[in-house]
Amino acid sequence: MLIARVIGTAISTIKDPKVRSDKLLILRQADHEGKDLPGQPFVAVDLVDAGEGELVLTGHGSSARQTYLTKDCPVDAVIMAVIDHLDVNGQVTFRKE
Amino acid sequence: MLIARVIGTTVSTIKDEKLSGRKLLILRQTDETGAPSGKPYVAVDTLDAGIGDLVLTAHGSSGRQTAITQNSPVDAVIMAVIDHLEVGGTVTYRKE
Repeated sequence: MLIARVIGTAISTIKDPKVRSDKLLILRQADHEGKDLPGQPFVAVDLVDAGEGELVLTGHGSSARQTYLTKDCPVDAVIMAVIDHLDVNGQVTFRKE
Repeated sequence: MLIARVIGTTVSTIKDEKLSGRKLLILRQTDETGAPSGKPYVAVDTLDAGIGDLVLTAHGSSGRQTAITQNSPVDAVIMAVIDHLEVGGTVTYRKE
């Protein structure tokens, strides 16, 4: 899984008929303190009703198809958790506002 | 999935028989505003995307989960054509 921040939404009318979810969120990978990492954003299907600005965990590859909503879908990334806080070496490095 | 812009077409006569009749588009990854960067790659188009369109591509074994690409030697598929992108409440891209 990757730690990532929700930065926006992708809206699409024309998509594969197997993709049932409408919520395709744009994410940027973050580090263990919740800080954005450089690099290109990616898009994941949202399963947990995450909101913009929230830190989440994303599952990738065939693991992304292990949910009811994404089974047998052409989908390679899902948001499977919203992060409450991150703890590194006993220090809280991120806490959800 | 990656956000990418369709920049061209690959034409190939000699290819795996499971790929015959498939549209192979050349794409370039973009950021959340549609600005391209990085190396191009090729994906099978199942949605009749056009040159200049912004699309979403699924990779790896997920690329074989469409009716058109199942059991094919394919590792990337266009599974959505993007209407618009929204970041921080502002529309950063809108399909023409």
